[in-house]
Amino acid sequence: MTDLAAPKADEHTKTLNPATLNGAEVLLRVLSELGVEVVFGYPGGAVLPIYDALFKQDHIRHILVRHEQAAVHAAEAYARSTGKTGVVLVTSGPGATNAVTGLVDALMDSIPLVCLSGQVPTKLIGNDAFQEADTTGITRPATKHNYLVRTPETLAPIVREAFAVAQGGRPGPVLIDLPKDITVGKAPLTPPAPTPAMKRLQKIAAQNRPAQDAIARTIEAMKTAKKPLFYTGGGIINSGPHAAELLRALARKTGFPVTSTLMGLGAFPSPDPQFLGMLGMHGAVEANMATHGCDLLIALGVRFDDRVTGRVDAFSPNSFKVHADIDPSQIDKIIPVDVRLEGDVGETLEALLAAWGETEAPDLTQWWNQIASWRSVDGFGFTQDMTPEAVIRPQYAIQRLYELVQESGRDTFVSTEVGQHQMWAAQHFQFDKPNRWLTSGGLGTMGYGLPAAVGAQVAHPDALVIDIAGEASTLMNIQELGTIAQYRLPVKIFILNNRYMGMVRQWQELLHGSRYSQSYSEALPDFVKLAESFHGTGMRARNVGELDKVIRDMLAHDGPVIADICVAEGENCYPMIPSGAAHNQMLLGPDQDSAAAGLTEEGMMLV
Amino acid sequence: MSDSITADIIQNSVISVLIEDESGALARVVGLFSGRGYNISSLTVAQVDARQGLSRITVLTSGTPMVIQQIKAQLKRLVPVHAVSDLTQEGAFVGRELALVKIVSSGEDRTEALRIAESFRARRVDSTATSFVFELTGSPEKIDAFIELMRNLGLADVSRTGIAAIARGPEVFAPLVFHPSEETV
Ligand SMILES: Cc1ncc(C[n+]2csc(CCOP(=O)(O)OP(=O)(O)O)c2C)c(N)n1
Repeated sequence: MTDLAAPKADEHTKTLNPATLNGAEVLLRVLSELGVEVVFGYPGGAVLPIYDALFKQDHIRHILVRHEQAAVHAAEAYARSTGKTGVVLVTSGPGATNAVTGLVDALMDSIPLVCLSGQVPTKLIGNDAFQEADTTGITRPATKHNYLVRTPETLAPIVREAFAVAQGGRPGPVLIDLPKDITVGKAPLTPPAPTPAMKRLQKIAAQNRPAQDAIARTIEAMKTAKKPLFYTGGGIINSGPHAAELLRALARKTGFPVTSTLMGLGAFPSPDPQFLGMLGMHGAVEANMATHGCDLLIALGVRFDDRVTGRVDAFSPNSFKVHADIDPSQIDKIIPVDVRLEGDVGETLEALLAAWGETEAPDLTQWWNQIASWRSVDGFGFTQDMTPEAVIRPQYAIQRLYELVQESGRDTFVSTEVGQHQMWAAQHFQFDKPNRWLTSGGLGTMGYGLPAAVGAQVAHPDALVIDIAGEASTLMNIQELGTIAQYRLPVKIFILNNRYMGMVRQWQELLHGSRYSQSYSEALPDFVKLAESFHGTGMRARNVGELDKVIRDMLAHDGPVIADICVAEGENCYPMIPSGAAHNQMLLGPDQDSAAAGLTEEGMMLV
Repeated sequence: MSDSITADIIQNSVISVLIEDESGALARVVGLFSGRGYNISSLTVAQVDARQGLSRITVLTSGTPMVIQQIKAQLKRLVPVHAVSDLTQEGAFVGRELALVKIVSSGEDRTEALRIAESFRARRVDSTATSFVFELTGSPEKIDAFIELMRNLGLADVSRTGIAAIARGPEVFAPLVFHPSEETV
């Protein structure tokens, strides 16, 4: 849980003579007061006063990215990997519009973020001034909330409120549009005081606790269930590491199996026998079959995304459903539930643990036997030809990456781009701690992983940070190699190079008669030379014989690396629930008839 | 399970939203409806408390019970929103709409229009030799009925405000009177 109370002014704030500060300086003082240490940004005319103020202080570090979208993704990963709020600074007009994709990404994945955008002077707003855009208008549906600062007195309170909004309840991105006259002119550094909206948020947070009778009904259902399942998600990560510990404790006490969404990976240790793996479109067989067959589904910090539910009317058809979420608007949105647990998922888990008390774990032998039989279908299985010249299968590349990273024993953060490689990473890389897995779940943004790796490495300079990438996605924010070089970030970019937009190719095979319209990547760069031209190191593995050495060299190298891993070009990602099908209608491999899996025209629409 | 709530019965709802009077507040509410595909049958908005800077928005909407529940939850999520109340759910309420209706006609139609207007207690706020403008307040259904009757009598132009609504009885959904104790909340 985040403390919404405004923090106290720090020493540094007190020593200043507030009467002489301009808006830009007030802004930075308030950011320091709020504990901000890093800002990801890109300068421009409308934010020059802020950049000047940044130059004159040494409390806040600025990371210069090469594109505003990347600033937001970096800040997202910074937030996701630290539990703090990410901060972005962009100029007006094109700077702000470039940030929009990142803002929507953060909104979809509930990432706390504050984006500061420059704006033309108040007097010019609405005049089509140079580099003017209606930023608050454009970002209204892209943010949890946004502000246009109109008067100097409101600057400090708005910045404090923006952080409270970004962090409070279900986290999300907040934008503050700052006209240049506000940052240039004098502004008062008002003392921290909760604004009416902050008071309202506090009040909502205080009331937002799962009702006792709802807890009691859940416990009752848990005691009598024969086939229970915990369906866990990103909300557990957002609630903090404590929530992940409570989940582990509750799973231990009850003996229930646990499945996770893409966003929730790491909240429960993947190697644990009680973990069934990820569920959903490319989820594990046992996870999806258990979701379909359970008689009690306890959803914790999830939002029943369509990539998880598949066909809504066939989703977990025979279960009693309990849903815990901090955001009441997520409950009953897609799937009607039997018990609503409104509130922070950590607090909910605490309440459930207390109410479960010393109850003995029910006998679930039959259920676990059933799960074991599903498990015996190795949905993630693949066979790698081990002759040295053999083509590398992408799953094997990730498996070896995971094993060699394990050997290194280093604290590891993994970001991904979007595509097949992302799904294979989710399937074959294991996480046993929260906050280590950084991926674009809700928006599915290609180009997320590289800047996200920047953000994670800035936050954890000594950790191992790997972007598991596809070659097409890598090119979406490739300019960030410049940022990586400038700050000597030892990021590893592990490209599963299949020369295709693989996920697109897979869909084209399934739905469009293998007409590979525009999904082959013509004219790919030489990634080794590309790395070198950005002052990094490039490596390439062409076959199985070269793979381990490349991975080892990559891990041993103390600077940035692009490892171009040439993998089987036609490999597809399985299992797969085609859109529009139910969870027990997974495609397990390339030879299966898609019609048999319940693929429908309506399903095609959902792609 | 939970079959009852999945029933696809479309219901009308009158939802009242007390919202901070800040720029873009209305756009947020309207954007929420358009962005999520919720229906708006009518919408009224005006400041109701200058001192606290609060406006009241009344939305007449329709949807399945699950959608209506979502609309309320989504509205509550907006930062400038102080309170949301579903008047249709929470007991009796009064809903009124104002309409200005222009009739252009002569002869018998003109006389008939005037007669109907009287029976509806519509006020004549403008008249010329060939036209009337009537002002009418009442439930949307009453206004619908009035317009229907005027259709053959020279109905030329209609302007309607959309419904403003408030709960009957002493119950208050978000007190506008400022309580000093709230300072410390
Ligand atoms: C910005 C953006 N544009 C388009 C897409 C649609 N899309 C999803 S996956 C994919 C292909 C990704 O190719 P690559 O990065 O090579 O990864 P692979 O699937 O081959 O592993 C595309 C185009 C997207 N997710 N994001």
